[in-house]
Order: sequence, then C-alpha cells, then structure tokens
Amino acid sequence: MKSQKTVGILAFHGDVIEHIEATKNASKNLHLNIEVVPVRTKEIIHTLDALIIPGGESTTLHKLCEREGMWEKMKQIKNIFGTCAGAIMLSNQVFHKTHDQKTLELMDIEIDRNAYGRQTESFEKDIKTSLGDIHAVFIRAPRIIKVKKDVMILARNDGEIIACEQKINKNYYLAVCFHPELTSTIFHEYFIKKVYQI
Amino acid sequence: MVNQLGRNLAQMLKGGVIMDVVNAEHAKIAEKAGAVAVMALERVPSDIRAAGGVARMSDPTKIKEIQKSVTIPVMAKCRIGHFVEAQVLEFLKVDFVDESEVLTPADEEFHIDKTKFEVPFVCGCRDLGEALRRIEEGAAMIRTKGEPGTGNIVEAVRHIRAVNKGIDELKTLLKQKKSVKLREKAKEYRVSYDLVLQVAKLGRLPVVNFAAGGIATPADAALCMQLGVDGVFVGSGIFKSDDPVKMAKAIVDATAHFNDPSKIAKASENLGEAMKGLEISTLETKMAARGI
Repeated sequence: MKSQKTVGILAFHGDVIEHIEATKNASKNLHLNIEVVPVRTKEIIHTLDALIIPGGESTTLHKLCEREGMWEKMKQIKNIFGTCAGAIMLSNQVFHKTHDQKTLELMDIEIDRNAYGRQTESFEKDIKTSLGDIHAVFIRAPRIIKVKKDVMILARNDGEIIACEQKINKNYYLAVCFHPELTSTIFHEYFIKKVYQI
Repeated sequence: MVNQLGRNLAQMLKGGVIMDVVNAEHAKIAEKAGAVAVMALERVPSDIRAAGGVARMSDPTKIKEIQKSVTIPVMAKCRIGHFVEAQVLEFLKVDFVDESEVLTPADEEFHIDKTKFEVPFVCGCRDLGEALRRIEEGAAMIRTKGEPGTGNIVEAVRHIRAVNKGIDELKTLLKQKKSVKLREKAKEYRVSYDLVLQVAKLGRLPVVNFAAGGIATPADAALCMQLGVDGVFVGSGIFKSDDPVKMAKAIVDATAHFNDPSKIAKASENLGEAMKGLEISTLETKMAARGI
C-alpha cells in the first residue's frame, strides 16, 4: 500500500461536510494521518484507499456519478462505506426506486427506500450496535429487508437490520441506514480500521 | 423547540437543487434531472406575477398527485402567517413547508409559530436579522428571498451578501470580545442573545441556507454556491425556459460542480433561451418585501 493514506467522500451533494469532519476526527482518534478528500471527478478515484458515500438523495447521487463517467470506476474501489443514500447505492436490489435508478450492486443486501414514510416519520433513537451505543438519526431512512448469509449484521432496531458489513474477497463494504456522521465517530473509526487492517 | 430532524433533512439536501413543479409531469422531469426535492405549487412565481390577485396554498389534489409521482422529498408553500394552510400541508405529509413570500401574506405582523409543528419549515430572508427571526420562530432551513419570478439574480445575490456580512460582523464582535455590542445586535435583530452568540461562534447560520429567487441559468446557480449558500431553489427558471429538460439537468450539474468553470461551461451549452427576465425597478409587486 502507498504511504499516503487517502479516504474520499463523494461530494456532489448531501451531508458531505459532516462526513469529512467525522472522518478527520476518527483518524485523529486513531492517531492516523489520513488525507480526507472530496470526490467530484473520476480522475482521483484511483488514488483512494476507500470511499464514503454520504446521506442525500440516492437518485441524484447515481445520476451525477454516471454523468461524470465514474460509475464503473467506483465499483473498483476496494473499501466503501455508505450511510442512508450511500447504503442504497451499495445494495444489489432496491425497492421503491425510480425506474432509471441504478445501484453499484456491491453488497448482497436488499433495501427499501423511504421505508418509514415521509419526513414526519423521521426519528432519532439511542440504539445498541456491536460497535457500541449510538444516538441514531433516521431521516426518510431506508430499511434493509434481506441479507445473504455472509453479510454480518452490526445493528438492529426493533428486529430490523440497520447496519451491516460484507467482505468479498479483498473488498470491504459497510452499509448503515441512519446517519452516524451526525452524532458519532465510532462507525468511521471502525471503517478506517477495516480499511487499513489495524 | 428546535426541529432537529427537520434541520437534519435540510443537511441531506445540501449541494442540491430544489425545483418548483406544478404537476406530475414536471415533477418527473425534475427527478430525472437530479433534483433533490420538488416544491409543489399551482403556478410558478412568474405566472403568479402575471395572474395577479391573491396567491394561496395549492389544491391538495395537486400536492397528492405530485407526491405520488416522485420518490424525492416534496415541499409545498403556505402564505406567511397562515398557520391553517400549514396545518393542512402537515396533514398531507409534505416533507417541508415553505412559508413563502411568493404567496400573498395572510398576516402582516406575525409569521407562523413553527415550533408547534412536526413538519419542518423553510423561510425566506433578505438579511441576517430576518434569517435569525425565522430560526427563532422554528424554521429548520433558510433561503434567500431574492425576487421570485423575475429570472434576475441581483436580489438573491444582495441577500446572500447581506447574510454573510451580518455573520462576519458577529464573528468580529465575538473575536474582539465585545459582548455589549453583541447584545445590542440581538436587540436590533429582535432575537435572543443565545442565538446571536451561537451564530458568532459557528461563523454561519445554525441551519442550512439555500439561495432562491431569480436563478435562471447554470451560472446563476454556481454563482450563489460560490457565494457560500448550501444549495439552490429554482422556481420559474426551469419550466419557463425554452427546454426545461435540458435546463433542469444543466442547473443540477452546475450546482454539483459549482467550483469548476469547465463543467459549468459544458452545462451551459445549447440550452436555448433562458426565461425572459425582468428588471427589478419595473416590478409592480416586490415579493421580497413581504414578511418582517
């Protein structure tokens, strides 16, 4: 692995700054020197050790990635962490998507967009995860409805899967339905540790 | 009480374009172009200007039709101070209510007490004082007023700069430890000292701030973004242009790549005519002057 550690945040739209901050704080907590870069062009994809896909609208994120011509290149990234819209982007099947919406199809999970309903159904809740307790914020959140058996579950809410990970050969993917970037760095620290195998 | 979930939804919209739509067909065009949300209304602001008379909340049928047609968030407008229209919109489960000067105000003295609602509100402002008053009333998101329906960006720019200047002033006062002056500012803006202090410390509004009112081209959208807003609303600019499908996509692209002139140039190619703009000095109604 090259000497400079680099983690990219897909930066077209969504809570990008919050992810940049959370990633920087996580790397500080782990005493690592990681360069955190916003990603808007295909040219920098090959420099990334990992990519984080923020919360936002999955339809919009998909379109902007395709228009930039980075869609296929994104599938080559070895480590990807997605929250909310980002989790949708990682899944191999989505319910309630728009007819032209695609996902990266990297994780063996099925996910339901806007599963809880509209904004008045958004909620926040303290939940237990296998990484520790977290105050979880669900904004028009998706719900993971099915996972294949090599997907590891990291958190549930009322029995429903809300965070999970999958290792496929040398690749690592982490999908979270809520927004850990708004309240904590534990998921970012966990992801960074997986990426750099520490 | 702070509508934290509403503020969080606004955070997820950052970097995006929210488009005015009047029917399901428009809403689908907006979603396909990459809009992060749509604003459901009966007429776009330029048609409201042309029609005259009292402009009110949309017919619920229209809002429901638009909600059914797209999967992205749907917002809708109510009149300033018209809390019953807001109650109706909350009942319809819109994702955000815009208490908007584009419609004819219902109350010249009071804006809606937005803390009483679960649905989040976005409100317009011309300067920092107005922004802070709206936030204190419970707005979870702020936008500039600009001058709606004109296709003229000059007022939105004025308002963005006014908010930025106000924030810079507060930052400077805090740095110089002039707490008496900060208290005077709170009095001038008719808001709590706590809110003024919070803004001085953050160096920005505690909520997401979009540009609105007069955006008609990809470059207009990128201009607002470079001036520091978190995203843009486009009203008449899309569906009053020659080619709404192209214009919608172009404005989304320019907003996402707002710092990249090559991408903005590409987005601006072959769009046909943008909406025909209006000179502000010729306007009969200045919508931005509505609200206090």
